[in-house]
Amino acid sequence: MGEPDLEVAPNDDKDGAAGLRKDGDALVEVRDLVKHFPITKGVFVQHKVGAVQAVDGVSFDVRRGETLGIVGETGSGKSTTARLVMRLLEPTSGEVRFDGQDITKIKGKRLKSVRREMQMIFQDPYSSLNPRKTIGSIVAEPFAIHGLLSSKGERRKAVQELLETVGLNPEHYNRYPHEFSGGQRQRIGVARALALKPKLLVADEPVSALDVSIQAQVLNLLRELQREFGLTLIFIAHDLSVVRHMCDRVAVMYLGRFVEIGDAAELYRFPRHPYTGALLSAVPVADPSRHGGARRLLSGDVPSPANPPSACRFHTRCPKAQELCSVVDPELEEKPASRGLVTACHFPLDREEVEAIGLPSSSQSAPSE
Amino acid sequence: MSDPAQPLLRAENLRVEFPGEDGVVHAVDGITYQVFPGKTLGIVGESGSGKTVSSLTTLGLTRIQGANVSGRILFEGRDLVALPDSELRTIRGNDIAMIFQDPLSALHPLYSVGKQLTEAMRAHRDISKRQAQERAIELLGLVGIPDPKRRVDAYPHEYSGGMRQRAMIAMALANEPKLLIADEPTTALDVTVQAQILALMERLQDELGMAIIIITHDLGVVAEMADDIAVMYAGRIVETASAEALFANPEHPYTWGLLKSIPRLEADRSELLVPIPGTPPSLISPPSGCHFHPRCAYAQPDHSRIDPQLEPVPDDPGHFVACLLEPEARRRLWAELQEGRRPQEAISEVGLGGEAG
Repeated sequence: MGEPDLEVAPNDDKDGAAGLRKDGDALVEVRDLVKHFPITKGVFVQHKVGAVQAVDGVSFDVRRGETLGIVGETGSGKSTTARLVMRLLEPTSGEVRFDGQDITKIKGKRLKSVRREMQMIFQDPYSSLNPRKTIGSIVAEPFAIHGLLSSKGERRKAVQELLETVGLNPEHYNRYPHEFSGGQRQRIGVARALALKPKLLVADEPVSALDVSIQAQVLNLLRELQREFGLTLIFIAHDLSVVRHMCDRVAVMYLGRFVEIGDAAELYRFPRHPYTGALLSAVPVADPSRHGGARRLLSGDVPSPANPPSACRFHTRCPKAQELCSVVDPELEEKPASRGLVTACHFPLDREEVEAIGLPSSSQSAPSE
Repeated sequence: MSDPAQPLLRAENLRVEFPGEDGVVHAVDGITYQVFPGKTLGIVGESGSGKTVSSLTTLGLTRIQGANVSGRILFEGRDLVALPDSELRTIRGNDIAMIFQDPLSALHPLYSVGKQLTEAMRAHRDISKRQAQERAIELLGLVGIPDPKRRVDAYPHEYSGGMRQRAMIAMALANEPKLLIADEPTTALDVTVQAQILALMERLQDELGMAIIIITHDLGVVAEMADDIAVMYAGRIVETASAEALFANPEHPYTWGLLKSIPRLEADRSELLVPIPGTPPSLISPPSGCHFHPRCAYAQPDHSRIDPQLEPVPDDPGHFVACLLEPEARRRLWAELQEGRRPQEAISEVGLGGEAG
C-alpha cells in the first residue's frame, strides 16, 4: 500500500495528468478518501465482522469549470465517492477540500454555507421530487432552507426565472410533479439544484432513467448551463458514450479505486488500463457495419467489495495479469506514450493491443478491418 | 424442419387495445412484422411505443389483462390470436420462450433456480425428475454459470444480476424453443455483463438455430444483434428495414431523431446532439394523422390530417417507411443532417414546404 505521491506531476504536463495540483486552481481536492461500511452481526450486541470497502483511497482534483466524469460498473463506488464529496456521507478517513477548505470536519453553520455551493442531481426523477408539493415550492425550497428571498413575490419571481432557464413553462409554477414527464421532472431537479447558484454540480446518472429522445435534451441543457454559469460538474454515469460527450476528464473506477484518470480524448483513444479497454470494447456501437470486431469480453462478475482481491483488484479478471499483480499494488502514474493520463497498472495496454480491441474512437489511428 | 424462406412468425395488422377508466389505450395500432427461422428481428422504440405489448400478445399474455386483440399472429401456420388458452399453453415456454428485463422479478424468490428450471421442462415433456435435474445442470453450464452442480440448488437472491439473467436464458432455452423473445434483456446490466449476455445469445442462436425477437431502446444493441429492425412509435411501426439499411439510410424523421440524439463513442465533444422535442404522446388520444407530426421538425400542415402507411422505399427492397415527405426530400434531408446541420438548417437547404410549396 504505497502512499500516492502527490508530487509526481509529469514534467511535460504542468497540471499533472490526474489534475493534482497545488496552486488553488482546483475547486475540489480529494486526498486518500476512504469509506468503509461496517458489516455487523448479532442481535443485541453488534459485532463488526468486516467492512465493505466502497471507496478505498481515492485522490483527485476537480478543476474550476471542468466536467469530470466518473465511470465504473455497479458497486465500483462511484456514487459513494460523489456522496462523500457532497458530504452526504461521513468518510472513514481522508480529506475533501472544497474551495481550499477541508469539509470533512466542519459542522453546523459552516457546513450549511458550504452546502449552498454544491448541489446534486439525482438519477431517478420520480423519487427525488416530493409528490405532494408543487414544483414552485420544490424549486423554492433551497431559498427557504437558507433563509433567502423572504418575500413571496421575490421567491416566486426567482423560481419562475429558474424554470425558464431549464426550459420549462414558468406558468406551471403551481403544478405537481405527477403532471410532468420524466424529462421535465429531471429539468425540475436541475432548476432546484441551480437555485442557490452553486459552484459545483454533482450529477449522478442524470439521464439513465430517461428515454433516448429525452436524454439528449437534458444533456444539452446541462452543457448550456455549464457554459452560462461557469459551473464545475462531476458527472457520474455508466454509459461511456454519454460520458465521452460530456466530460473534459474521466476517471475509471473499479472496486473502490481509481484505476485510470485523465484527459477524456486520450482515455477513449488510447486507454492504458486493461479494465478501461474492456469497458470501452463492451459498448455496443450503433453501426452494423462495424460488426464482429475482436471484442474483449471480461469473464465473471465484479468481486465483492467486502473481500476485494489483493494488490491490483482487477487481477482476477484481467487478461494481462501476472503474478506481480496479486502481490504489488500498482500506483497511478503516467505511462510512457500516454499524454495527460495516469494509469494504475503494471502491464498497461500498448498500441497494438488497443488497436486489436477495435475501439471505434481509435479508428483514426487504426484502419478498421 | 421449418423452411428458412417462410417466416417463422408473422404478425398481421395486429391491434391491441386496453379499455381503461380514462378511455381506450391504443397500445398497438395495426402493426405487421415477421421473423425468419434462425434470424433476429430487433424492435426499437421508447417507453410506451407498444413494443412490449406486441410481444406479450404473441404469448397470449395480454388477454389476461382484458385487452382487445385483433389481427393475426401466424406461428407455423397457426393463428396465436385465435388459439384457445389450453393450446397456447403448449406453445408458450416450449416453442416460444421469453426473457424479461428484470430477472429478479421474473424468477420466483422462494424456489431454487434448479427447481424452476426442472418445472419448466416437466411442464412440457415427460421426463423424470432426475433427468430434468441433469438437464438443468447442463443448461446452467451452457449459459456460462460457473460450478453449475452447486449453483443449481441456489436461490435467485444468491445469484448476481448477470447470473440471474443467464438463469432466465437457461430457463427459456430449456425446451429448445424455435423463437426466443427477449424484452430489454440487458437494460438492467453493466456494459461488461451486457456484452457477455449478448455474445451468449448469439452463440446459442448459432448452435440451436432459433429465431430471436429482441426488444430494446438501445440502438447499439440492435445494431449488434439484429438482421432486421422495426422502429415503433406510438403503437405503430414507422420504419422497417435490414439493420444495414436502417443505419446507413434511415428514412423516417423519428429514426433520424433517435440516431442523432445518442452521443457516439467515436465522436468528440463538439458533436451536436439533436434531441427530439417534446415527449411521446398519450396512447389514449394519439395525435391525428401522422402520430409523430407534433414532434417532427419537417411536418407539413397536411401531415396532421393524412395517416401515413408503410410504403416501400424506392430502390431499396425490404425497406419500408410510413412518412408523408417525398422520398427525394427525405434523402436530401438526411444527407444534410449527416453533414452536421440542424433540422432547421437542413429544411432551408432542401427548401421543404415554404418556397417550394
